[in-house]
Amino acid sequence: MSPAVLDLVQRILFLVSIVTIIVGLKRLSSPATARSGNALAGWGLAIAVLATFVTGVPQNLGLIVLGLVVGSGLGWWGARVVQMTDMPQMVALLNGLGGGAAAAVSVAEFIAWRSGPGAGGPVHIVSILAGTVIGAVSFAGSLLAFAKLQGIGERAVILPGGRLLQAAVVVAALVTGGLAATSGGLPVFVTFVVLALALGVLMVVPIGGADMPVVISILNSCTGLAAAAAGLVLDNHALLVSGTLVGASGTLLTRLMCKAMNRSLANVLFGALGAAPAAGTAAAGAGPPKRPVRDVSVEDAAVLLANVQSVIIVPGYGLAVAQAQHVVRELADLLARRGVEVKYAIHPVAGRMPGHMNVLLAEANVPYSQLFDLEQINGDFERTDVALVIGANDVVNPAARHDKASPIYGMPILDADKARHVVLMKRSLNPGFAGIDNELYYDPKTTMLFGDAKQVLGRLVEELKSEA
Amino acid sequence: MSAAEVLTVLTIFVLAVFTGFEVISKVPVVLHTPLMSGTNAIHGIVVVGGIVVLAHAEGPWLVGLGFVGVVFGAANLVGGLVVTDRMLGMFKKKPKDAPK
Repeated sequence: MSPAVLDLVQRILFLVSIVTIIVGLKRLSSPATARSGNALAGWGLAIAVLATFVTGVPQNLGLIVLGLVVGSGLGWWGARVVQMTDMPQMVALLNGLGGGAAAAVSVAEFIAWRSGPGAGGPVHIVSILAGTVIGAVSFAGSLLAFAKLQGIGERAVILPGGRLLQAAVVVAALVTGGLAATSGGLPVFVTFVVLALALGVLMVVPIGGADMPVVISILNSCTGLAAAAAGLVLDNHALLVSGTLVGASGTLLTRLMCKAMNRSLANVLFGALGAAPAAGTAAAGAGPPKRPVRDVSVEDAAVLLANVQSVIIVPGYGLAVAQAQHVVRELADLLARRGVEVKYAIHPVAGRMPGHMNVLLAEANVPYSQLFDLEQINGDFERTDVALVIGANDVVNPAARHDKASPIYGMPILDADKARHVVLMKRSLNPGFAGIDNELYYDPKTTMLFGDAKQVLGRLVEELKSEA
Repeated sequence: MSAAEVLTVLTIFVLAVFTGFEVISKVPVVLHTPLMSGTNAIHGIVVVGGIVVLAHAEGPWLVGLGFVGVVFGAANLVGGLVVTDRMLGMFKKKPKDAPK
């Protein structure tokens, strides 16, 4: 076949690939069809990769195949061995790789463009620079997010003058980018790349704890846009459309997550840099005198749980961190065998990512029929004997209902405080990620069970077994 | 690129943005994590960019960059799909006793 025909065939295959990916994404967003949607998207992606070879045997074919085999192998292996609780950092890592790939492609295109500056017109070079900067930000930011979630420097680090520094780096990147576009100089372009990497680091450094998924979601849409920019440069519509799809859907997903936490995106990104959370830290710090809390022994808690009619378990971030989902299931089964009615109340942002708790509990084979979301279960708390709160904090803080000064005011919460007893399992009295005290701790009907969620639950299970 | 070509590309971009919004606008919270991971796999399509770079690469720098693009992109693509499939596989026992 002539090159023109092959080119046409390639474009048609790219179109088929795009349609397949869009339909896959659509199915991915509905529970009944999600798994087949993911597979369909996979076929779409495979078609796009295969279509690349239609126009003839490329140069460096051996290297291309080697790269595909090595990359796919590593990705497949990593995805098989990762623990479900470590899913957030896995997504961050994979996203960083995608960002790195987009940046590498854009840098290569810059080097190619240098040999004849001006070629391809202004849109071409602007796309190259955009792909480079967005890809590099995503690469550096995602890898740092991965490191943080992996436990290497979990805390949010607040740099003095951090916002100023960020602004300075943005300006410097714009200037070097402009210079690189007009001169085609390599040193200035390398500076531009380094600045972009620094920007990615600066963006993620001040963010910690439960805000991380929002950042990962933002970086996810960034990588999509970087891929779209690479698609513009290479005049590849499959890349352009798929990248843009991810950029747009990622942005919407980020907004949905922020809404569930009642936080604005600006607050997540810049909150730790500015003075916004000052009120919260003051309240948690020296502010009010420490009120007494009642703590309870594991034995007493076991007796209480074993002798009631109904228990609602409220799992939170602490449960995910302690990887305690399996032992929670065990506890729930023991209670159920004693005739206690057990339900789980899942807050939209419970876990380390929205929806993560559902994944974790599903992994532990908790029957889907026992999981209830916020609207379904909130009315049940007042008819419930014990609300067992495990490693959750802000999502059960009553201040969200009535304290207008609270940073989480207005966030939908689980009404655990309306149950007859509240047993709160927590590592310490330290406030949650929002840095605010929780009046539920001091409620007279609340008893605290201090310790690592997995250990305490394990001892509760032992206790219940020995009693039986 | 001519002005007409720029506009064509811009049109594709704008339509893709709307499609991206529309397609996931009704996603339930349960699927937020799998969806993030699924879209994560889709931008692994950048592997195609790596292949194109390698196919035209002259000199060690371009070959190196293209190779990095292919390895990283392929890892992103395959890893993302497998992780998403594992997550969704855990929900499969659901249909009969789903609360909704």
